[in-house]
Amino acid sequence: MSSQPIISVKNLIKNFGQIPAVKGISFDVEPGELFAFLGPNGAGKSTTIKMLTTVLEPTSGDILLNGFNPVEHPAAVRRSFGIVFQDPTLDNDLTAYENMEYHAVLYAVPKSVYVPRIKELMELVELWDRRKSFVRDFSGGMKRRLEIARGLLHHPKVFFLDEPTVGLDPQTRNHIWNYIRELNTRERTTIFFTTHYMDEAERQASRIAVVDHGTIVATGTATDLKAQTKTTSLEDAFLALTGKVIRSEEASAADTMRAHARAWRR
Amino acid sequence: MNSFNATLRIIYTLWLRQVKRYWRSPARIVGSLGQPLLFLIALGYGLGAVFQQAGQGNFISFLAPGIMCMAILFTSIFSGIEIIWDKQFGFLKETLVAPVSRWTIMFGRTLGGATVALIQGVIVFLLALALGFHPTNFWMIIPALFFMLLIALLFTALGTAIASRLNDMQGFQLIMNFVVMPIFFLSGAIFPLDKVPVALAIVVKINPLSYGIDAVRSLLVGNAVFSLAVDATVLIAVGALLMTLGAWLFSGIQA
Repeated sequence: MSSQPIISVKNLIKNFGQIPAVKGISFDVEPGELFAFLGPNGAGKSTTIKMLTTVLEPTSGDILLNGFNPVEHPAAVRRSFGIVFQDPTLDNDLTAYENMEYHAVLYAVPKSVYVPRIKELMELVELWDRRKSFVRDFSGGMKRRLEIARGLLHHPKVFFLDEPTVGLDPQTRNHIWNYIRELNTRERTTIFFTTHYMDEAERQASRIAVVDHGTIVATGTATDLKAQTKTTSLEDAFLALTGKVIRSEEASAADTMRAHARAWRR
Repeated sequence: MNSFNATLRIIYTLWLRQVKRYWRSPARIVGSLGQPLLFLIALGYGLGAVFQQAGQGNFISFLAPGIMCMAILFTSIFSGIEIIWDKQFGFLKETLVAPVSRWTIMFGRTLGGATVALIQGVIVFLLALALGFHPTNFWMIIPALFFMLLIALLFTALGTAIASRLNDMQGFQLIMNFVVMPIFFLSGAIFPLDKVPVALAIVVKINPLSYGIDAVRSLLVGNAVFSLAVDATVLIAVGALLMTLGAWLFSGIQA
């Protein structure tokens, strides 16, 4: 291996009470990769991202992100990544610019750095003209673009995107991927994303990991996965790897249990 | 930039967010003044004559400090509870993955919520003046502001502590009926303590708001039950305790 992996995960396990959500997964992500993390609902994707981003403590296993362990050095890890969550996390009662500024201060970016940086990023996502508008007046696509700009404000090494294009029209999706790819080439930001759109994963990802039932069932490029499963599209490869059974019921039962587990723990 | 300055800037930013959100919703400001106004008018004028006949003096003057503190109590508890909204609308996640300690977040938010509550208390003070409240010395509002701030900090911290344990607004009625209302009604805000039954007097003395109201009332109209030193000690001690509890519970939140 030529360089140190930017994300390194070894035997990661997370149990919610008696219920295992992540059952010992291991993978590495190299700097500058566009890494897709795919899997059916309830496969353990979000739980894994939560552990990588310090919001959830693993039951066992090792994580290194940018060389730091999220349990031992949460602040260093938090400075190393940016994230766009599945649901919007903007303050609707602040303006677009104020949301950006709030983030800059929380990440201790000096004013001399963040003023030009906010302008640069808001121009990139084509929202600079709307900087004084309240976020509550933004459409879903505009909010997503603003969150992408915000997540990149502190020059993160790794950028997590949890279903960044869900519910957006093809035009907006296309634009969003253009911004992400530009940042990936310009600043060598590692991109770690999840999606349910297989065409998106096939087109954008340099490498893919498929997760199911809390374990990684396959990794490789889209071409590798198709060859491995003797299929012609990533969608078919995905179904061949994870089966055709709908997971929502099983997942929601697990979610309910997790909710109960949480309620009992606190 | 050293880390102390950075922390101060973060606290300032968290504070500013709370104040901006308040300032930008006039509907909320006006809406939350309705209840104190109603209490001042209905109780103040409605029971004023009876109160006077019982030899207790001017009821508006007795009532006004209590209603000022009520406005602070309501606003500060709800500022704390706003965390539930932040949880539901996702904004809390943005704050929780930032490289900032939960204590700093809790502190900044509490200061912001308390500031808003304090402003609300001052507005009620001005409304009460318009309705015929005569403080014995107008300038005593300045030391009274100090006690009002203590009340605001204490109950914002309580609101935060409660909100840290709740995930949706289902518990809202519960908090209203079993926390906020009892604290208000059993505090000596609307009745004098000298002729109440012993059991009620004990409950009132357990309630930290009673000490806040006592301090504000004794400064503005000179009607003390406890001494100012006792008032300050209770408010600071309980406030510090709730702040610690709130920060501890808040730090347990997982996004």
